[in-house]
Amino acid sequence: MVETQTNPNNTVPSSMAQIGITMKYTFLEYFRSRRFLILLTITLLIAAALTIVVAWRRPEGFLISNLGFYSSWWGNAVTFVIILSGIFFGGDAISGEFQNKTGYFGIPNPIRRSSIYIGKWLSAFLAASAIMFLFAVITIANGFYYFGSSGLPIQFVESLLLAWFYLAAVLGLTFFFSSMFKSSSISILVTVILLLFGFTLISTLVSNLVGYEPWFVLTYGAGIIGNVLQSPYPLHSLTTTATFAHRTITTTTFSATIPEGLAIIGLYFAVTAILGLVLFERKEFN
Amino acid sequence: MPSIEAVNLTKTYGSFCALSALNLKIEGAKCVGFLGPNGAGKTTTLKMFTDLIRPSSGEALINGVNVHTEKKKALESVATLIETPEIYPSLTPREALSMIAEIRGVPTTEIKNRIENAIAEVHMNEWIDKRVGKFSKGMKQRICIASTLLNDPCILLLDEPTTGLDPRGMSEVRDIVKSLKSKNRLIFMSSHILSEVSEVCDEVAMIDHGKLLVYDTISNVTAKFSGGANMVEVGLQHPIDAQLITQTIAKLPDVVSAEQTDGKNLRIRFSGGLDVQERLLSDLVKLNIGVISYRVASSELEDVYLNLIKETV
Repeated sequence: MVETQTNPNNTVPSSMAQIGITMKYTFLEYFRSRRFLILLTITLLIAAALTIVVAWRRPEGFLISNLGFYSSWWGNAVTFVIILSGIFFGGDAISGEFQNKTGYFGIPNPIRRSSIYIGKWLSAFLAASAIMFLFAVITIANGFYYFGSSGLPIQFVESLLLAWFYLAAVLGLTFFFSSMFKSSSISILVTVILLLFGFTLISTLVSNLVGYEPWFVLTYGAGIIGNVLQSPYPLHSLTTTATFAHRTITTTTFSATIPEGLAIIGLYFAVTAILGLVLFERKEFN
Repeated sequence: MPSIEAVNLTKTYGSFCALSALNLKIEGAKCVGFLGPNGAGKTTTLKMFTDLIRPSSGEALINGVNVHTEKKKALESVATLIETPEIYPSLTPREALSMIAEIRGVPTTEIKNRIENAIAEVHMNEWIDKRVGKFSKGMKQRICIASTLLNDPCILLLDEPTTGLDPRGMSEVRDIVKSLKSKNRLIFMSSHILSEVSEVCDEVAMIDHGKLLVYDTISNVTAKFSGGANMVEVGLQHPIDAQLITQTIAKLPDVVSAEQTDGKNLRIRFSGGLDVQERLLSDLVKLNIGVISYRVASSELEDVYLNLIKETV
């Protein structure tokens, strides 16, 4: 029988290098995709709408102080931009490998599934970060226009870093759901429902009706992104409202402290990233 | 020596057994056809050799290395084509193949040449820098075939590689496989096209209902299970006498049997290869029975396939 040899020059790169390779090409795919263009357009539309409204109506909340400006502009909108980025880049990142059969091209190679997962996650993080930082640049440009370059508060930098951390957690969560399902549309739908409506609904019901701090909800933890731009930092508050039947309803508004928010975001990131990876490792292409 | 080995390889989905304790060892430079009807377990087997699915029990070994515990090492000198993979639509073939080449560790200085050579091999040169999203299924399949050539692998695992290709594409893929065979590679290839397997493979493994029926050289398998008969269909200009068929045609050298399928068509089984087939045509023409067409109806391998698969139903 004849001896055969493979090309001796080929040396399979380390897993770390393969993560980089996966990241590079998946980012290229993201960057050229229609969804990147759509998300970019949505982000620019949000920024344009805010720019026009503030310039035209001169709302007091925006222009009363530099901190108020960044709180109203950035604090209110950036979490929405982050959630959209998470859905656009992470919603079907893994389920698409099954549904679209792209996994059949990449997985049967000398590469660990974890390298593919991490590489894809990093490329999604990079693409979503590009969108978030673009929004930050537009925010700062408007801030400079109204308050000058000296009006950029240090709290904005803190908020930006917290938002970046939140983006990591949102992508961890979207990748987790993406690993759970083989259908792109189902994984995107579940992510959309949970991030845009579910968390907010749970948080409102638990805090307002039961009076319990929703420490287990990611979006509650993300409140620190806006809270850090408020002075003084908001605390838990009780609101009593009289109704027409001479009854009063007391609602509680909870505000996570920065350590609490960091812990919530960090836990979501760690748990969902690990669970998503485990699911992807075990998922079968059948 | 390259080898792939299934040791009691089993895959079950609930109560359904897709593959039942497959034991198969293939060693050395050769091309092995993997045959079986739909749902027999061919793709399941190949998927377990490429980490696309996990075995319920047993092991899939490549060069003695377990694919599921040491995937990177097991697949380092393997190229695969399972089903019809999709490529990221925004990438060009050059980029997609570059990703695979980098993952497989092709030296940076060689990547460009290797990609261009592989693309030339599948005749996609003019599409090398166009985005894959606009490609037809057959074009994508060609790119996927090109991806198997990048790292000069010693083992190729191919799952119906000609699926989705036009006749010219199918012929080109067969030529690629033959050329790889001449470079002393181990090729394990599933296919439904028996003529394709007969043409390019040295050995054949047949599987049905998740069980291996036979694994041997094509000549041994056909000798054991087909009765050594090929079949031709002969078209006639006008009907002929039944006695002529039984007394003359059926008694021609190497003819096993002859029957009339309808008034103007004969089905003749014969033993032997192309030489006998050629002589048989000449003999029939000499009989002046008005032969107007002559074509191979089934090969020995097809005969074996139908016999073995029928037996397991």
